[in-house]
Amino acid sequence: MAALNGAVENGQPERKAPPLPRPLRGLEVEYTKIFINNEWHDSTSGKKFPTYNPSTLEKICDIEEGDKPDVDNAVEAAKAAFQRGSPWREMDALSRGRLLHKLADLLERDRVILATLETMDTGKPFLQAYFIDLEGCIKTLRYYAGWADKIQGRTIPVDENFVCFTRHEPMGVCGAITPWNFPLLMLVWKMAPALCCGNTLVIKPAEQTPLTSLYIGSLIKEVGFPPGVVNIVPGYGPTAGAAISTHHSIDKIAFTGSTKVGKLIKEAASKSNLKRVTLELGGKNPCIVCADADLDLAVECAHQGVFFNQGQCCTAASRVFVEEQIYPEFVKRSVEYAKKRLVGDPFDARTEQGPQIDQKQFDKILELIESGKKEGAKLECGGLAIEDRGLFIKPTVFSEVTDNMRIAKEEIFGPVQPIMKFKSIEEVIRRANNTEYGLTAAVFTKNLDRALTLASALQSGTVWINCYNALYAQAPFGGFKMSGNGREL
Amino acid sequence: QIFINNEWHDSVSGKKFAVFNPATEEKICDVEEGDKADVDKAVEAARKAFELGSTWRTMDASQRGRLLNKLADLVERDRLILATMEAINGGKLFSNAYLLDLGACINSLRYCAGWADKNHGRTIPMDGNFFTFTRHEPIGVCGQIIPWNFPLVMFAWKIAPALCCGNTVVVKPAEQTPLTALYMGSLIKEAGFPPGVVNIVPGFGPTAGAAISHHMDVDKVAFTGSTEVGKLIKEAAGKSNLKRVTLELGGKSPMVVFADADLDAAVEFAHVGLFYHQGQCCIAASRIFVEEPIYEEFVRRSIERAKKYTLGNPLLPSVQQGPQIDKDQFQKILELIESGKKEGAKLECGGGPWGNKGYFIQPTVFSNVTDDMRIAKEEIFGPVQQIMKFKTTDEVIRRANNTTYGLAAAVFTKDIEKAMTFTAALQAGTVWVNCYSSLSAQCPFGGFKMSGNGREM
Repeated sequence: MAALNGAVENGQPERKAPPLPRPLRGLEVEYTKIFINNEWHDSTSGKKFPTYNPSTLEKICDIEEGDKPDVDNAVEAAKAAFQRGSPWREMDALSRGRLLHKLADLLERDRVILATLETMDTGKPFLQAYFIDLEGCIKTLRYYAGWADKIQGRTIPVDENFVCFTRHEPMGVCGAITPWNFPLLMLVWKMAPALCCGNTLVIKPAEQTPLTSLYIGSLIKEVGFPPGVVNIVPGYGPTAGAAISTHHSIDKIAFTGSTKVGKLIKEAASKSNLKRVTLELGGKNPCIVCADADLDLAVECAHQGVFFNQGQCCTAASRVFVEEQIYPEFVKRSVEYAKKRLVGDPFDARTEQGPQIDQKQFDKILELIESGKKEGAKLECGGLAIEDRGLFIKPTVFSEVTDNMRIAKEEIFGPVQPIMKFKSIEEVIRRANNTEYGLTAAVFTKNLDRALTLASALQSGTVWINCYNALYAQAPFGGFKMSGNGREL
Repeated sequence: QIFINNEWHDSVSGKKFAVFNPATEEKICDVEEGDKADVDKAVEAARKAFELGSTWRTMDASQRGRLLNKLADLVERDRLILATMEAINGGKLFSNAYLLDLGACINSLRYCAGWADKNHGRTIPMDGNFFTFTRHEPIGVCGQIIPWNFPLVMFAWKIAPALCCGNTVVVKPAEQTPLTALYMGSLIKEAGFPPGVVNIVPGFGPTAGAAISHHMDVDKVAFTGSTEVGKLIKEAAGKSNLKRVTLELGGKSPMVVFADADLDAAVEFAHVGLFYHQGQCCIAASRIFVEEPIYEEFVRRSIERAKKYTLGNPLLPSVQQGPQIDKDQFQKILELIESGKKEGAKLECGGGPWGNKGYFIQPTVFSNVTDDMRIAKEEIFGPVQQIMKFKTTDEVIRRANNTTYGLAAAVFTKDIEKAMTFTAALQAGTVWVNCYSSLSAQCPFGGFKMSGNGREM
């Protein structure tokens, strides 16, 4: 332990933990323009759009608003950068990997700046942005840096006298549309694999949260990626986003966001040029707690599982099924946890929960909470907004929830935990699977048989056993059914 | 009749449709016409067969493999029947149907049978104190829409991988050629597949096909056919339940012949590469780029080869070319031939219909074709060969890639540098070097760009 923790003073090992990082107060936003060919451009239309701080409801700054002509310019640049014989195409795979490592280095160098920007733009607690979002970004970049020169095809023993081999080639120009809940992390999840394999990109970050994505543009240029390899066009979905999904020169589109928009994107891809599509959409993820589970662990994981990031996670544990015998105790402890959750200024080191992202989401969550009350669920705590200005909602727990209630069926994307009861394993499998979503699921039990049976029976892309939100660069992630098409990581 | 749950059903509507012999234009028989109601029944059966705890779900993977091998045995037993049926219904040369189509069908079934218990996931060294593994699970109910050019082979290419991995299927064979697919239904029952695992609903695209691609309880749709319909299917998937989609679509595949190639081999491969099965192949070598110095000789030999053809009844061993599949295709091909003449290509031989019965078209060769002509851009799907000239490697790479398609391509040369440059530079799912149409069950197949999404085999 002593060896790990640095300096030895006066013969005694240093016992204090390193000090917590501090956000940069009064940070000026430097990058607000469209990033094409490693240069910053104004929008073709001259229009700008504002981006807000959801904690204070104040405008942070104006951003150049990209639309179809800007997307066209970006695609042209990406296409040129992908031409046979271009610097990017000619580069050794290993060198591509080195560039990704260098980018990770720069993220480490500017970690406080990026975490501060992310908190300003999303309202997520600063320490979470620093330790979780940024950590995920850096690790993902380094993971893919390592893969770059290991994209292997195969030789195949076909019938008759032939030499047959497969070669894994980059697809070309990839469009990426990223969401507002983990702006930088979702950007890196899209960028790193694409660049690792030698593609070029046109990215549209969510209009609510463009700041960290644009900052990354400056790092991409600093690292030395050739011009046109990464292009970033901030703007709105129906304009810039639609321009990407219908573009005839884009070979693939990757989208993370709502199932509703995911369907529009797949449709647009079909109508235009049959571009390949991967989608990471919503979830209504079951968390199943059996009577033999470690109760403290289950309560804590279920709590973090639903409340993390203000409930704004595709993986949110938004249906907690608890075996009858331990139900009252589980609800009691969950309510205790929820009541203790500190909601406030995301820059305060003690804050666990910040504001929701915008008025639209805020209104939708409160509406679903009201439906829970009306449809007969038992409101255990929370259930309303915190002040009469601002987008803060009290951590809310509902018990006696039944499967037909809206809060049990629709994705809430807010700090609301519905807890339901179950009797038997067959029953809970059926109920857990009874949804058009299928992103993640979790099982809490000490019984090996039950754990593995549930892992196979649950129709989810990921199943966690005795844990939650264990997401790391090494493991693939993606949904069954209408939670998505394809896998990331 | 319609095959659901290992039983034969009439259509819910009571309607039937006629199936024809394209060599004689005579009706062979009537087939029950499936529509949405029948597709719904089939999907219900397939969903039930896929339930947790069902016979199919609890079967050992190796046993699934044994069933596929048994099916291959039965296809071998009834090879003559199936080949005859395929030839009569599809206008296919009997010798090709027996040797090549049935051969490929049997091989695909046996190849996938072997994979059934080798579908590995992985254990992954994830950060943190976790045990992480991936598990490859069957997707569920797979809708499969099959074309008319290789009805039985395409049927096998779709069901074999799907069944190997434990899925259940609802198949809609092409309305022109449902007979061999339905015969397979009887063999599937005989082999012992549990009821509901394979269901076959003959019918038309806009009715039965659309019912599948829009169905809210179908987890994946696999389609082989035209790019135009492929787009509709992917759209329907997006509009309905985001079902997974794989598509095998059209092509305008380039074949590049360099001056140092083995000329005889190149001419022969180009010829068979285009004219096989009356030009009705997604991989047809429909743009042949020949290096200037050998152009004249190449064209001369290609014409000789094309002129030697006997057209007629595909069941007769002396016949080398059968009819096109139906009137629509027949007229479309003739229209494209006319455009070739009008736009200034040089008609070297053929150029019109043959005979007074059946959809026969003379083997046609155009030379002096330029890239802007319709015959150089649009998929013809008929016995029409386009030969163009090129000067340099960079030029031909650019021209070969200048298309929205990207299914296959070939290069003929003895120079290893040229060969390897081409395999990397061509935007095509498969690139052949000094050969053409080499397809084998072991090798993945699929298109770049608008030739498709995903890979088969």
